Amino acid sequence: MDDGYLAQFSSLFSQFDVLGAFGTNLALTFFAAIGSLAIGTVLAVMRISPVPSLRWAGGTYVTFLRNTPLTIIIVFCALGLWGQLGITLSSDFQTNFFRLAVLGLAVYHAAFVCEALRSGVNTVPVGQAEAARAIGLGFGQSARLVILPQAFRGAVAPLGNVLIALIKNSTVAAAASVPETSGLMRTMIENRPDVILAIFATFALGYVVVVVPVGLATTALSRRLSVAR
Amino acid sequence: MSARSVLFDAPGPAARRRMRVFNVVATVVVAGIAVLALWRLADKGQLAASLWTPFLDPSTWTNFLLPGLLDTLRAAAVAIVTSGLFGLVFGLGRLSQVAAVRWVSGLVVEFFRAVPVLLMMIFFWLALGYSDLVEAPDAPFLAVVLGLTLYNGSVFAELVRSGVHNLPRGQREAALAIGLRPPQSLRLVEVPQALIAMLPAIASQLVVILKDTALGQIITYGELLDSARRLGSGQGNILQALLVAALVFIALNYLLTRFAERLATSVDRRTAGAARAEAPSLVVDPD
Amino acid sequence: MRARLALAMTAAATLTLAACSSGGGSDAGADETTGAGSSEGSGGGESIRIGIKFDQPGLGYQDGSEYTGFDVDVARYVAEQLGYAEDQIEWVQAPSAQRETMLQTGQVDMIFATYSITDTRKEVVSFAGPYFVAGQDLLVAADDDSISGPEDLEGKNLCSVTGSTSAQRIKDEYATGTNLLEQPGYAECVTALTAGQVDAVTTDDIILAGLAAQPANEGKVKVVGNPFSEENYGVGLPLDSDQCEAVNEAITTMIEDGSWEQILEDNVGASGYSANEELNPPTPAACA
Repeated sequence: MDDGYLAQFSSLFSQFDVLGAFGTNLALTFFAAIGSLAIGTVLAVMRISPVPSLRWAGGTYVTFLRNTPLTIIIVFCALGLWGQLGITLSSDFQTNFFRLAVLGLAVYHAAFVCEALRSGVNTVPVGQAEAARAIGLGFGQSARLVILPQAFRGAVAPLGNVLIALIKNSTVAAAASVPETSGLMRTMIENRPDVILAIFATFALGYVVVVVPVGLATTALSRRLSVAR
Repeated sequence: MSARSVLFDAPGPAARRRMRVFNVVATVVVAGIAVLALWRLADKGQLAASLWTPFLDPSTWTNFLLPGLLDTLRAAAVAIVTSGLFGLVFGLGRLSQVAAVRWVSGLVVEFFRAVPVLLMMIFFWLALGYSDLVEAPDAPFLAVVLGLTLYNGSVFAELVRSGVHNLPRGQREAALAIGLRPPQSLRLVEVPQALIAMLPAIASQLVVILKDTALGQIITYGELLDSARRLGSGQGNILQALLVAALVFIALNYLLTRFAERLATSVDRRTAGAARAEAPSLVVDPD
Repeated sequence: MRARLALAMTAAATLTLAACSSGGGSDAGADETTGAGSSEGSGGGESIRIGIKFDQPGLGYQDGSEYTGFDVDVARYVAEQLGYAEDQIEWVQAPSAQRETMLQTGQVDMIFATYSITDTRKEVVSFAGPYFVAGQDLLVAADDDSISGPEDLEGKNLCSVTGSTSAQRIKDEYATGTNLLEQPGYAECVTALTAGQVDAVTTDDIILAGLAAQPANEGKVKVVGNPFSEENYGVGLPLDSDQCEAVNEAITTMIEDGSWEQILEDNVGASGYSANEELNPPTPAACA
């Protein structure tokens, strides 16, 4: 790589807002993570609840959402919810699609959060639930006070995996007209095919820089939080 | 913990009554939302019979959806084999006795696990398009397979490595004791058992591969979603076509998931390692 | 156990190979008939490979083994004039991003795929024609009279495909306050248009007419008919091809004997759209 190549390549940064695009992906990830954690927790509680119909509903949700390609979900959010049903999540045109994409990402990853939490529930020894019952806690209380707090601690590693998947899957939001990294990378390459490798390396390394620390933090956190048994 | 059995009592008569009331109310609410949505869809003309009848016409399936499905399965099948090979090579690389090989394999695996599959596909698609290495019509297919292989191969490599690590120490010690050298022990004793222990996780990763072929639509690979879109363009029923494609995907993946679950219960006895149904987390233990 | 593993792997490999070869079967013929079209005008027993769009109803559309659309019919006519019978034509998908490469590497003999003649492209490929002059235009709901051109889009919702130059031009030159929705394809835009969520869809007028002419959309949408650019659709040929003159002759004949008009009417007539008469039918430019 001589100077000319590098100079040509760096000139691209003044023309395209690479950091802004990564910012969009991180913002998508942030809001979708909160949303999917909330929905996923509700689903997990539903799946261990005493009410058969709730268990069934939770299971059906997970089966359907987990097995649908994310692209279809995002397209349905844009063209179905907004395009046909007229649901708007913001009066601003672009913000509306950002929020629809967040919604799509959240409902999709909620299914995986639910499964991660269920695996966390499985790390809680039966004795804990028995003890909770023995001191007179009902289902809601024992789930809230005893089971879920421990399940979250046991589910840190799989939840971290879901978060990493979410960061990467936020690139699919392009299908809902959100200007983010995958779309920008494509535009940049189509504009400047001569520096295609450098462009790809930039975006790939950007994701490595975001994802690897999350992985390391998850590992450290899951070690620190895991309950010694 | 089998939470279900100990978290609550078997519901008594009063609880069952409350549940029945709850079920009725919930059904009414859900059905109400569904009716409202359907009503609005009908208002927009999306329920018109002319948009749905094409799916009863065999030519819709033979001209669009089945060829698309075939291309989905073709990309998935090839990507499964190539990522299996990639995973085996780099998984063994990560277990190598040579530090440099270990290091390089680790770097490759962690890199490709961190990069979004879609970015890789777009890159390979455009890069192959600009080069004249392959025929242009093949570029989307190759880009899909390459993207899937690099990512899922890295996941497989991680599976091989963590599978070997999770084997009881005695397996390796016994192999060395009967005079096998470390690479032989790895090849003949440890990896085969690790693979069996990891079969369920591998099977659930197959669902990921199958599902991610749908990203090929974005780079004009003529898979199921793409053919559904093409069908929808001609018939003016793109939402309906996408819905049908989604149902086909759900059915396929559901079958594959069930297969993975059954595998998990059946292979448990056949290995010294513990069968796991999930892919290991990123950066498990950077040793 | 080793034997069984080996067996399983062999089985998997065989399956894959089978999948490969069956999937490849559809384009297997492509490898056997290379570069036929670069021969003389009379096709003889050889075949010609023509690049078209597969996903644009009204222009170039694949339905099983049938190919329809304006570009396809023009290509058929030209091929016939060059001496190729219908069954000697091999249709190849030519996505926009790959058209130049496909010509440069000889994977197709000519391309009819809404291919605008531009100076940048002329550096790497040759063009015959133009055979049609399109213009970027708007598609709106059939009962919408409030939009008569790109200036009227201020504050309205516009839909186009990702990275569209047409939408960019509107935002830059006509109505900066346009809300732009980017979708993977035009058909998605049309569903949003017929549902009333976007006010207009933009791209070349004939592409819009092709969409409007589909039975499902008939009577629901219309092309505004106020083009704000000029796109000369040419026949893409390999650089310095000796076919250019022959193709131009065929195009001229097609226009003179009324076939051009007939083809246009057959494919997009149902939309109520008529081509810009000041520029159409065009006279093919002299070959370089």
